[in-house]
Amino acid sequence: MGALNSKMDAVFDEPGCAINQGKSNKARKKGCSKPLAPGAAAGGCAFDGAKIALQPVTDVVHLVHGPIACEGNSWDNRHAASSGSTLYRIGFTTDIGELDVVYGGEKRLFKAIREVIEKYDPPAVFVYQTCVTALIGDDVEAVCQAASARFGKPVIPVNAPGFAGSKNLGNKLAGEALLDYVIGSEEPEVTTPCDINIYGEYNLAGELWQVKPLFDRLGIRLLANISGDARYRDIACSHRARAAMMVCSKALINLARKMEERYGIPYFEGSFYGVSDTSEALRQMTRLLVQRGAPDDLPARAEALIRSEEARVWARLAPYKARLQGKRVLLITGGVKSWSVVAALQEVGMEVVGTSVKKSTREDKQRIKQIMGEEAHLFEELAPREMYRMLKEAQADIMMSGGRSQFVALKAKTPWLDINQERHYAYAGYEGVVELVEQIARAMDNPIWRQVRQPAPWAAENGG
Amino acid sequence: MAIVTSSRKACTVNPLKMSQPIGAALAFLGLDQCLPVLHGAQGCTAFGLVLFVRHFRETIPLQTTAMNEVTTILGGLENLEQAIINIHNRAHPQVIGIASTGLTETKGDDVDGFLQLIRQKHPELDGTALIYVSTPDYQGAFQDGWGKVVAQLVEKLVQPAARPAPAQVNVLAGSHLTVGDLEELRDIIEAFGLQPVILPDLSGSLDGHVPEDFLPTTLGGTGVAQIQSMGASCHTLAIGEHLRAAAVTLEEKTGVPFTLFDRLTGLEASDRLFQCLAELSGQPVPVKYRRQRSQLVDAMLDGHFFFGGRKVALGAEPDLLWQFGMWLSEMGCTLGAVVTTTASPLLEKLPIEEVLIGDLEDLEQRAAGCDLLLTHSHGRQAAERLAIPFFRAGLPLFDRLGAAHRLNIGYRGTRDLVFEIGNLFLATQPEHHSDSWPLPGENHGTASQIEACH
Repeated sequence: MGALNSKMDAVFDEPGCAINQGKSNKARKKGCSKPLAPGAAAGGCAFDGAKIALQPVTDVVHLVHGPIACEGNSWDNRHAASSGSTLYRIGFTTDIGELDVVYGGEKRLFKAIREVIEKYDPPAVFVYQTCVTALIGDDVEAVCQAASARFGKPVIPVNAPGFAGSKNLGNKLAGEALLDYVIGSEEPEVTTPCDINIYGEYNLAGELWQVKPLFDRLGIRLLANISGDARYRDIACSHRARAAMMVCSKALINLARKMEERYGIPYFEGSFYGVSDTSEALRQMTRLLVQRGAPDDLPARAEALIRSEEARVWARLAPYKARLQGKRVLLITGGVKSWSVVAALQEVGMEVVGTSVKKSTREDKQRIKQIMGEEAHLFEELAPREMYRMLKEAQADIMMSGGRSQFVALKAKTPWLDINQERHYAYAGYEGVVELVEQIARAMDNPIWRQVRQPAPWAAENGG
Repeated sequence: MAIVTSSRKACTVNPLKMSQPIGAALAFLGLDQCLPVLHGAQGCTAFGLVLFVRHFRETIPLQTTAMNEVTTILGGLENLEQAIINIHNRAHPQVIGIASTGLTETKGDDVDGFLQLIRQKHPELDGTALIYVSTPDYQGAFQDGWGKVVAQLVEKLVQPAARPAPAQVNVLAGSHLTVGDLEELRDIIEAFGLQPVILPDLSGSLDGHVPEDFLPTTLGGTGVAQIQSMGASCHTLAIGEHLRAAAVTLEEKTGVPFTLFDRLTGLEASDRLFQCLAELSGQPVPVKYRRQRSQLVDAMLDGHFFFGGRKVALGAEPDLLWQFGMWLSEMGCTLGAVVTTTASPLLEKLPIEEVLIGDLEDLEQRAAGCDLLLTHSHGRQAAERLAIPFFRAGLPLFDRLGAAHRLNIGYRGTRDLVFEIGNLFLATQPEHHSDSWPLPGENHGTASQIEACH
């Protein structure tokens, strides 16, 4: 566990992290592993976070070393889309039994790696450590090293056992695994002055494909998206990008910073949610690329594209304004999505009556205040019961949140829209704004709301 | 008679199995005002929670002791204590159901001992039942965890009765029964003038209704007082082999005799239930169910053409596998491939040469040449690759609405299964062509090849 502990210390002391910058030296040393309250905690573990960050790599085997729970209870439960291989959707696990716990699971792991290579011949195998196998002392790094040597294929240890901490920590440890074992291990056939990376975009419901055409149109080549719809080779070659964008503010910041440090790839933090954010992302990307030697006319071409795409999106949104003007939204989500979605909603005249800022950084919060005004309700913690009360009292016309609080809204007979990982619709870029607004309108305009709020004809006036 | 083998692979591919602790958690979710907690890392709970949310499309109350590396090594007493106190203060449940995980079992936490210490220290918990089961992830499977909870609830809560309740019947419900099955069973039992106490009762908690308030515990399900009263019942119906231990314990503790129903799907299986209820109640089988029996017989007559000789591939937990496997073979199907998750005395009695404890990759390989794949939603990709009809059964069913309300038991449930699965077969009846039956020695060119020659 020594290696894991020093890794954890390193990612906790992330200088690129806004929260960390605001801390005293002493507080920074303590790390950011907020102690979880037993009996009152929610959310995934570090293993979950690592899997979220890496599972979207489509052409590799993702092999979970642990008991059945870690993979068996959770596999294939997100909608990261692929334009090619479907190997990433197959669940692989060593499914260790009691004897492995007693005698150690390393041999089983080695055999499992051999089996998957023989059966599927992937370009690489990602091996995920879990709590039980960490506790019994299985040395995943050593097994991966031996298997790499034996089978002549990259076998990548992802050392983020669940009990190491939160989902967010797992995201970062996944980034470390890529930095340590994958990035820089291969060379692209050709490079261009317009090669870019995107970090933290998982292509959920195909969102990457809503923005990739914009870059294509400008002649910007997406060398590696980490990790949605990525091939192993894309990531192995990603050190040759000229500039990068980081889209999920807290997930892969260590990756972004170290890519700059090691390979001189400058990055900016941006978002593809909302019209102005998408335009701003294109502007920043072209600006960075020109600094790194891209043709001087790139920004001008970007401006032309932005003008025409913005005009097109406004024209498509105009019909919705009449329907959505003044409607009130309760937005329950984390991190970057809060402020970036707020902007998108305001663009069609909706009012955000409150948003959660549990996972947001200090910068995120300032930005939300800027956008929403000082009187906006920023909830650090909104208990389901309180949420339910607000909706029951009709303090909002629609709630947007992750699947976890879906039923709070629905049981309060309030329209609800899924904006987390499990969602089926894609909301990125200009296209995504139109889709988001279309889905909001569909949810709110559905004729069921009038019917389901009506008490049964025989019920007392205040009963249901 | 089947030989039961275990897959010899080191790597499980496309798991069929889910782990014991979440099977335990789901059984706890069938109790009223209960909050289950997994003693493990927070991911153990998060994965189970997401799985159940996707299946039931309902809020799932499920907590965690949030163990980390340090607390694991030092022992989980403090975390367990904090979790119980937090849950007690925030949610006021009547029952806190605790299941261990692979993590805390590997460490070797003595949870029974911990609970004694916690009880001594916190008299405020006196009115709260704390029920613990040991469910390491690396042993057994989902239905084992479920069975352990039911046995433990009987062990800890049921009391011998001072006064018998002659019209009360206990139902020990297996994890293979849906909410729809439980509702049907309750209706049937009540139709005989009997009052069922169903344990656990997911039809009270996860039947998908709109409650008037939002509570952090389960809303509905079997109440503690009801469980305590089970010693007064005249009889116990145990539905599923994995509840035999609970039924035996109940009988030993209280003297209430039991009848074990290995399944309730199929004509004869349903007959056994109705006959038993008629004997227990002294009432004739109500007219409504006689009519339903006749409808099922008619459905079998109409439908058997499409079942006869069809080969089916099944992947399910032992009791669900038994329910569907036996019924399908009673309809004339052959079991072509059978894969399950954990040991059970039922397995060797299945009408197939080999039953494999394995995964969906094993099932997919063995299902080549079969006419139907039956398993949970994770089988959908295999069915696509095999290009055969797919019937979803078990848990999780995340890609269909109404998973909880599927009905598979009794005359009515079996009748509808005849229609539903019969329709899948009917839609894939082979089509014949002019050259489908060549004489020996003739050129086996198909119509399309001959066309191509012209």
